[in-house]
Amino acid sequence: MMPGTSYADVMARRQDIMRSAVGIDYEKFELGAIAFDYEGMMDEVGYTLDEVHAIQEETSVGRTPLVELRNITEVVRRISAPGKGARILVKDESANPSGSFKDRRASVSVYCAKKKGYPGVIAATSGNYGAAVASQAAKRGLKCIIVQETYDSKGRGQPEIIEKGRACEAYGAEVHQLTVGPELFYVFLRLLEETGFFNASLYTPFSVAGIETLGYEVGTETLRMTGRFPDAVIVTHAGGGNVTGTARGLRKAGCRHTQVIAASVDLLGLHMASDTDFNRKSFTTGHTGFGIPFATWPDRADVPRNAARPLRYMDRYVTVTQGEVFYVTEMLAKLEGMERGPAGNTSLAAAIAVAREMDRDQVVVVQETEYTGAGKHPYAQLSFAREMGIEIRRGDPRENVPGKRIVIPLHPSQIHVKDVSLADMRRSYIRNALSCAKGRQISAEDVRFLADDTNSTVGFVEETIRELQRGGEVPE
Amino acid sequence: MNVPESENKRRVRSGEYVQVHSIILKPGERAPQVPEDTQKVPLELRIKGYLDHDALVGDEVTITTVLGRKVRGRLVAVNPPYPHSFARPVPELLHIGEELWGLLGAREAGRNKEGGEP
Repeated sequence: MMPGTSYADVMARRQDIMRSAVGIDYEKFELGAIAFDYEGMMDEVGYTLDEVHAIQEETSVGRTPLVELRNITEVVRRISAPGKGARILVKDESANPSGSFKDRRASVSVYCAKKKGYPGVIAATSGNYGAAVASQAAKRGLKCIIVQETYDSKGRGQPEIIEKGRACEAYGAEVHQLTVGPELFYVFLRLLEETGFFNASLYTPFSVAGIETLGYEVGTETLRMTGRFPDAVIVTHAGGGNVTGTARGLRKAGCRHTQVIAASVDLLGLHMASDTDFNRKSFTTGHTGFGIPFATWPDRADVPRNAARPLRYMDRYVTVTQGEVFYVTEMLAKLEGMERGPAGNTSLAAAIAVAREMDRDQVVVVQETEYTGAGKHPYAQLSFAREMGIEIRRGDPRENVPGKRIVIPLHPSQIHVKDVSLADMRRSYIRNALSCAKGRQISAEDVRFLADDTNSTVGFVEETIRELQRGGEVPE
Repeated sequence: MNVPESENKRRVRSGEYVQVHSIILKPGERAPQVPEDTQKVPLELRIKGYLDHDALVGDEVTITTVLGRKVRGRLVAVNPPYPHSFARPVPELLHIGEELWGLLGAREAGRNKEGGEP
C-alpha cells in the first residue's frame, strides 16, 4: 500500500524520513530521557578541522579577508569615554562564492551528500543558505531543490526572500516558493521522500563543522594582525549554528578568553507563523523569532538531534533594533567603502555598542558580512516596510516597535545593545527539556547533560528543576 | 493569485518557461499550531518550469522543472519577471554618511590621512 500523504501521515513518518535523508544513526548517541552524547556525535559524524579546510578549498570557500574598520573604530572612540573604544575588525564573508558564510555550512553537507552517493540535495530555507547549497551543488554536479517561505496570502513577497529565490535559480536549483506557515516542513519531508535526495540541513554535524573554520580563521588571523586573540567575537544569531561553529573554531584556535557574544535583531511580539506579521518585519533571519526558540530548545529542527546548541557557547546574548542595523549598514558603506547586506550587519551594530565599553587596546571581531543586491538592501527593505504601513523615521532607536515603527538613529551614540538574560534562557531551556521528557525518570546523566547544554552547573539545573516542580510547571 | 487581465486566456506554447500555482493544504487542513490568521488561508506553492503541453493561462497543466521533475498546477504566469529592485533611495538614510564624516572632521578622517586631498 502507498503511504499516505496527508499532513498527519507524513509528520508521523518524519523520524524515518529524516534518518534516511542524512545517513546518520542518531539513536546510538541517545543516553537517557533527555541526554545524548553531543561530543560523540560531533566527533563521529563531523569532520576534523583539517578535513573541512580541504573540502572547502576544493570549492573556494573560506579564507576570506579580515578587514580592520579604521573609520568606524574612530567614530566609536569619539563617542566613548577616555581610554575606551576597542578596535573593530570584520571577517568579510561576502567574499565566499555565493556571498555569505553559509557557503561554509553548505560545502561540507554537499560534499557529504556526494560522497554518500545521493543524487541531489534539498534544503528548507528562506535565507542565504539556499543560495549557498545551490552554489555548492553546482560546483559538485549535484541536483538541488530549495524550499522557501516567500509570500503572504496576498502573494506579496519579502524583497529579500525574492532575491534569495532568484539567486537559487541562478545557480540551477528548483525553487519551491510557499506561503507562510511551518507546514513548509511537511512539503520538505514529502520532497525528501519523493526524490531520495540528501537533507542538507543547517543543523547536522556536517553543517556546524563547516563553520568551525570561520572561528578558527577569526582567532588565528586576529592574532597575526593585532598580536592578540580577539577579546570579543560578535556573532549574528538565528538558528544557533553560527554561534556554535564559530565558538568551537575559536577554541580550536586556542582562544581561551575570547567572549562569544550572540546578537539578534529584536522582533519580539511578531509571530513567525502569522500571515499578517510575515511582511511586517524587515529582517527575515538573524532575529529573535529564531534566536530565542532555537537557543531555548534546539531540538525543534529538521533533524532528530541538533548539532547547533548555542546556549553551550554564548557568553552573552544581546539584541539590536532594525533601525540600528540599517544605520550601520549605511555607515559601513559610507565610511569603509563596503556595501554589504543588512541582515549580516546585525553583529556590526552590536559591535559598535560593545566596543564603546571596551578598552582601546582590545579587539572586537564581527565574524561575518553578506552580499547585498536588489531586494537585499536597505532601500528595498525600508521601501517595502513603508508600503506595508510601517512608520520609518529618524530618532532614538529605543522608540522602535517591531512591526509598527523603525527608528533610524540620529547619532552613533544612540546605538545600544539590550541584554537578554542568559539565566532566564537556561531556565526556559530546562523547562522545555523536561516537558519533552514527558514524565520519564530524569537521571543524574540527564542533569549533567542539561548543565553542559546550558553552560551552567549541576547545582543550577537541580535548583531550576525544583523551582519548576514547586510552581507545578513539571511533574515531581 | 490574481492573473492580470492581459495574461488571462493567453495561449501558451509547450516548452515555454512558466510559473504554476497549487494549494498544498486547504484552510481546514493546516497544522494545529498555526495562528488564527494563517489557519484561515491555504498553504500555497509557486514553482517554475517548462510547460509540457499547449495551454491557456489559468488551465491546470503539467510542467517539467529544471531538474526534469514533473509538477502539476494552475498556469499563472509566463516567464514572470523578478519584481524586486533597489527601490528609491530612502530619505531617512541619505544624510548618514555626511553626518558621520562631519563627526570625524575632514582632516582626521581616514580617507585624508595619507596622501588624500587636504
